[in-house]
Amino acid sequence: MSSDITRAEVCVTACADAWRGAGEILAHAVGTVPAISARLARLTFEPDLVLSDGECFFVSDPPPLGKTASNGGGTIEAWVPFRSIFDVLNSGRRHSMMGASQIDRFGNQNISAIGDWRKPTRQLIGVRGAPGNTVNHRTDYWVARHSARVFVEHVDVVSGVGNDRAAAESGSTMKYHDLGVVVTDLAVLDYSAEGVLKVRSLHPGVSAEDVQSNTGFDIDTSSATTTRLPSEEELQLIRTVIDPTSLRAREVRS
Amino acid sequence: MADKVIPLSEVSDHVRSGMTIGVGGWGSRRKPMALIRQILRSDVDDLTVVAFGGPEVGLLCAAGKVRRVIYGFVSLDSIALDPNFRAAREAGSIECTEYDEGMFVTALRAGASRMSFLPTRAGMGSDVLKINPELRTVDSPYTDETYVAVPGIRLDLGLIHLNRGDSRGNGQYLGPDPYFDDLIAMASDRCIMSVEKVVSTEELTASAPPQSLLVSRMFVSSVVEAPNGAHFTSCEPDYPRDEKLQKHYATSAADADSWKSFESQFLAVDEDGYQDAVRTFSSSDDKGKETA
Repeated sequence: MSSDITRAEVCVTACADAWRGAGEILAHAVGTVPAISARLARLTFEPDLVLSDGECFFVSDPPPLGKTASNGGGTIEAWVPFRSIFDVLNSGRRHSMMGASQIDRFGNQNISAIGDWRKPTRQLIGVRGAPGNTVNHRTDYWVARHSARVFVEHVDVVSGVGNDRAAAESGSTMKYHDLGVVVTDLAVLDYSAEGVLKVRSLHPGVSAEDVQSNTGFDIDTSSATTTRLPSEEELQLIRTVIDPTSLRAREVRS
Repeated sequence: MADKVIPLSEVSDHVRSGMTIGVGGWGSRRKPMALIRQILRSDVDDLTVVAFGGPEVGLLCAAGKVRRVIYGFVSLDSIALDPNFRAAREAGSIECTEYDEGMFVTALRAGASRMSFLPTRAGMGSDVLKINPELRTVDSPYTDETYVAVPGIRLDLGLIHLNRGDSRGNGQYLGPDPYFDDLIAMASDRCIMSVEKVVSTEELTASAPPQSLLVSRMFVSSVVEAPNGAHFTSCEPDYPRDEKLQKHYATSAADADSWKSFESQFLAVDEDGYQDAVRTFSSSDDKGKETA
């Protein structure tokens, strides 16, 4: 079974490991692989993790991937209309894993626009909740396609706050700022003591050169290990329980 | 007891060029689309639109009625970006105030409370402060923290759509999420509420809990009965989003000719004409050709 493990499945467990130790908090997961990873963590080593249906309910028994409690069933355990999400994130009982259109060496993330914000060459989705997420609780990023277009020297619009920006604020303004990991289809990245991105582990079959040549700035790969493979139990949960239609394969090239 | 019900055709009498208008709903959900369509039929322009935006923002932009959009996001939910809004942004033809979502809620709360600002942590360290240079920060009088001082937004006019209401302006939502329609109403000098159905006050709580009464008549100046009035956005549980028409809207916006034909079919008509066009479209194939 383990010989045919896909890159997408390696990414799922790498993302799942990001929720390790999170405890009884809301897992905010944007994207297919992050959504699968949060469910996997809840079914294995983080049983108290709180999951949302992506609409306005917390679900103790989630509806199928891509469905909401309103149209897909599942067991509702709390009513959380959109307005109350901000109360939850202000409380700190939340942990986000979001996407990034651009990200720099300090973890500044852009999802707002490419080019000059006043007249962008490409309008993206806007800063959305990224500024508030990053100053209130731990935030991780998921990049489905690791490339030098995403990992850039300078992002065009800082949406999610990076470590250099956080350090520049006075007093204890940024006391809750907490960037964790960046999981990509090539590697797991984390931050050095100076707040700079480095490679924590390379996915099986990926070389340090692969990562460096797809990253638009110098990145330290010297301490990189190899990303772990999913266990038999994890594979079974991913393939038969959480994502039987293999939506994960649409997000990650094999 | 004041009866506040007005016909849809009178809505344009309450809208003036240059107004700041707050729109309820969220993304492509429970948007007061019948009210928006009525504004599209008028000659007002130079509007400042305040919203968790959906297709109303794109439609108003495409009609050249927008000076500025103040938003937490603009999205069609099942389609990430509204193409008309995107085109206006990329052409630089509109001014924008882009906030973090939580900041946007803070701005509405401050406006509803008649406060000049409310503090929030969201935005600190981000480029939201750079792209909105008018924003100021405030030092906590109690700790060594600094917060963003989000200015309160007051609205000349609020536009909201609910499932049910009475003729005096009490409004009820029956779907899973109230969104921010109560805040929009409270932050507005005048508020027009459209509803799927006007019912008696007694009927409001006959089959739904009092907690579903979202907006009090104190905050509503006019009521419009507009069945299917959120279409093509969703108005759960009365109807889901019309994904087929939304997709048609988004693809039509891609070039001038297809947009012209979308306009003549769905916008250059009165509300009855719109609803007729929707019926015709829904019984057609995906290319808009009628099927027998």
